[in-house]
Amino acid sequence: MCKLAKLFILFFMSSVLALSVNAYAETSASQRYVGIGRDANPAEVAAWDIDVRPDFKGLPKGSGSVEQGQKVWEARCASCHGTFAESNEVFTPIVGGTTPDDIKTGRVASLSDRKQPQRTTLMKVATVSSLWDYIHRAMPWNAPRSLSDDDTFAVVAYLLNLAEVVPDDFILSNDNIAEVQKRMPNRNGMTLKHGLWSSKGQPDVHASACMNNCVPFVQIGSTLPDYARNAHGNIAEQNREYGPYRGADTTKPPLSSLPGSNMVAATAHPKVQTVEDLFKENNCSACHAKSSKLVGPSLIDIANKYRGQAGVEDKLVAKVKAGGSGVWGVIPMPANSQVSDESLHQIVHWILNDQ
Amino acid sequence: MSHKESKQRGQIRQAPENFLSPDLINDLSTHGLDDKRRGFMRNGLLAALGGAVGVGSSLNAFANSEGDPAILEKQVWQTTLGKNVATMPYGVPSIYEANLIRRESPGLTRVSAASVAFTPLQGLFGIITPNGLHFERQHQGWYNIDPDKHRLMVNGLVKHNRVFTMNDLMRLPSVSRIHFIECGANTGLEWGNVAVPTVQYTHGMLSCCEFTGVPLAVLLEECGADLKKGKYLLAEGGDGSGMTRTINLEDMLNEVIVAWGMNGEMLRPENGFPLRLVVPGVQGVSWVKWLRRLEVGDMPYATKDEAVHYNDLMPSGLSRQYTSIQECKSVITTPSGGQQLLEKGFYNVTGLAWSGRGKIRRVDVSFDGGNNWKTARLETPVLSKALTRFNIDWVWDGSPAILQSRAIDDTGYVQPPIKMLRDVRGTRSIYHNNAIQSWKVESNGEVSNVQVG
Repeated sequence: MCKLAKLFILFFMSSVLALSVNAYAETSASQRYVGIGRDANPAEVAAWDIDVRPDFKGLPKGSGSVEQGQKVWEARCASCHGTFAESNEVFTPIVGGTTPDDIKTGRVASLSDRKQPQRTTLMKVATVSSLWDYIHRAMPWNAPRSLSDDDTFAVVAYLLNLAEVVPDDFILSNDNIAEVQKRMPNRNGMTLKHGLWSSKGQPDVHASACMNNCVPFVQIGSTLPDYARNAHGNIAEQNREYGPYRGADTTKPPLSSLPGSNMVAATAHPKVQTVEDLFKENNCSACHAKSSKLVGPSLIDIANKYRGQAGVEDKLVAKVKAGGSGVWGVIPMPANSQVSDESLHQIVHWILNDQ
Repeated sequence: MSHKESKQRGQIRQAPENFLSPDLINDLSTHGLDDKRRGFMRNGLLAALGGAVGVGSSLNAFANSEGDPAILEKQVWQTTLGKNVATMPYGVPSIYEANLIRRESPGLTRVSAASVAFTPLQGLFGIITPNGLHFERQHQGWYNIDPDKHRLMVNGLVKHNRVFTMNDLMRLPSVSRIHFIECGANTGLEWGNVAVPTVQYTHGMLSCCEFTGVPLAVLLEECGADLKKGKYLLAEGGDGSGMTRTINLEDMLNEVIVAWGMNGEMLRPENGFPLRLVVPGVQGVSWVKWLRRLEVGDMPYATKDEAVHYNDLMPSGLSRQYTSIQECKSVITTPSGGQQLLEKGFYNVTGLAWSGRGKIRRVDVSFDGGNNWKTARLETPVLSKALTRFNIDWVWDGSPAILQSRAIDDTGYVQPPIKMLRDVRGTRSIYHNNAIQSWKVESNGEVSNVQVG
C-alpha cells in the first residue's frame, strides 16, 4: 500500500491530472507507455477470469448432485436440448453414442463408424473441464452466466450420468472432478500430431504442380443433384444483372442453348422491409421459429391457439411488450418494451394471419 | 423474360431491347436483320423510348441500324440536375448492386443467432472485402457494444494484471496490415460431395481487410508477460458466448494485432466492434470478437470450440485438436457456380489465392479439368497471409470446359486435389478443406459446381 500511495503522490506531483481521476492504482515501474492503462484490482480479475483449464486451474470450489442437476436441467436447459439431452431439434444432441466400453478405453468407438448419424458432444469432448467452463460461461443460450457454480457442477453431473459416466447418486465436486476425467469416454480421442497448430507444421499432403498431360482421363465424381437446383433461391438474383457474369435462373430448367448477349437478367427487387424482417431485427427469431418449437412456441402454434379470438391482437401486443411465462411453459419471455407499438402490431398481425 | 417480371422491377427500368418480344429476339439472332425485321425493331424501340431510361447491353444488330439509343438518345442523367452532396451521409452501393449481399445457406443452421452469412465472392474485385459484405459467423448473436464501457484485461503470467480502455488502446502505437480471415469450416460442406451451388456458399466464409490496431507484443511487453513460461494465450470475448480460443504464442506472437480498425473505419458491430483479435493465417474463430481479456498461460485451454467443435475427425476416429492454420488455397470467382455465360469469345477469368503460411508464389489455371495448366497473372500487392488476386485470359469456344485453379505458396506447398485430401483425412473432418475447386461450363453457358476424380 505504501508503494501505491507513493505512486499516487508522484502522479499528482507530476500534474498528470487527467489520470488522477482514476480510482485505481497506476503502476509505472515496468510500463513504457506512460499514462496508458492501469493495474486491475483483484475483484476485477476475479469477475472476469472465469476460465477453467484441463488441469482444473480456475475451477471454483463447489458441488452438485445428479438429482439437483436434473432439476436445473428441466427448468433451464431441456427446452432446447430435450429432457435427456438427446434432442436434435434446436442444437445437435449432447448425449448419446457412447458405451461403457468407451469409458474403459477412453476412445469412442462410434467415431470411426461412418454410419453414425450424429456426433454428440459427449462422443467428442475429451476434457470434462471444457463442459464445466462452457456451461458456466455461456449457458443457458438466452441467459448466459445465470447458473451458479453449484448449479454448473450439478448440470455437468446430470449430463455425465445420462452417459453412464457417473452413477445416479453421484455428487460432482471440485474434489472429485479429476477422478471423473479418468472416465471421460473420448479422453484419449484427441491428437496434436498434425501440421496445423504451428505455422512451421508439416503438411499432410504433397500435391504436384504438373503442367501438362497430368490427368489423361478427367472423371466427374460429384455434381449438384437436379432437385437442389433452386435450393439456395434463384441464383440469378444473387449475381449482377449486367456485365458478363449473370446468374442462371434456377427457378427454370437450364437453357437449351447459349442465350447470347440479349439475355435479360433476373430482376433485382429494391429491398422493401417486410414484417418478417421486423421479426428478425427485433430478435423474435432467436426464440421462435415458424413451425418448430425453439425456446418459445412456434408461430404456427401461436396462430392456432389465438386466431379468431376477439381483441386478441391487442392482447398479444401487450403480452409481448410486458413479457411473462406460464402459457407455453416455465421459460419466461423477456419484456420487449424497446419495440415500437406499430412494429408490435405488425408482427402480431403477421403471426396470426399471414406467415 | 416475362412482362410480369418487368412490372416488378421497381426503379430499375428495362433496356429498350427488352421491349422486343422474345420471339423476335430469337428470330433476329437466327436470321439477322432484313427490312421486315428492321421495321419491327424500330417500332419496338419507339414504343420503348416513351419512358425508358435504358441501361444494359445493346443488340449487336445496332451496328446495322441508326445506332444504340443508349448513345443516340439523351438520358435523364444527362439532361437533369443530380442529387445534392451528402444526400446519403453514409454512402451505400448503387441500387443496381442489390443482388450482392451476405446470405445464409438455407438449412445449414437452425438458429440465426448461431449461424453464418457468406460473402458474395462472385461479385467482388481486387483483394479487399467491403465492410458491409464481410462474412459473419455468430455463436450467440451480436451486439453493438458501448465502446465507453468496453475494457481489455490482460492477466495470467504477467507481472501486472492490467486494464485498458478504448482510450488507452487507441493512444498506443498502431499498425495497419492487410490479412485474410477464413473460417476453418469454409468449404466444409464439400468434403463428401458437391453440396452447394455457388462460390458464395462454397468459399464465402472468407474476407480480407486492412486491420488497424496495436501489436499484441506491445501490449504483452507492457504488462511484463513471462514469454518463457507463457507459450499460450487465451483470448476471450465480451459477449454472451464468452468465446474463448487458445493462441499459440510461440510462433504467432509477432503478427497478432489487437485491432479496432477495419478498412479505414471502426470494426463493424457484427465483426467485433470495438475490439477484436487479428491472428494472421489462423482460422477465423480465433480472431475473437468483442475482445475483453487476454490471459498468458503455460498450457492450451481446451475451450468448447477447441474440445467439441473445430477439431478435424480422421478416419481412425481420432480428432486433430487445435488445428488452426489455414493452408494454401485458391478459387476462381468468375466464372463460377450458378453463373450464366451469354456468348462465346474472350473472358477474363479471375479468382483469389491465399495461404496461412505466407505469400502466394504462383497460381495455375486449368480449363480441362486439371489435365493441362497455364500460369495466371498475380495482381499486386502480393502480401503475406492476405488474399492475392489472379487473372488469366480465356477464349471460350462454346464447348464444355472444367475450370480449376491451383495455388502454390512460398513454402512450396501445392494446393491439393480433393481426392488427395480425402485419402488422408476421409470425408468427415468438416474443417480445413483447401482442395482445388472445379467449375464446369456447359455449352449452354451455365456454370456449375462439380468435383473431379
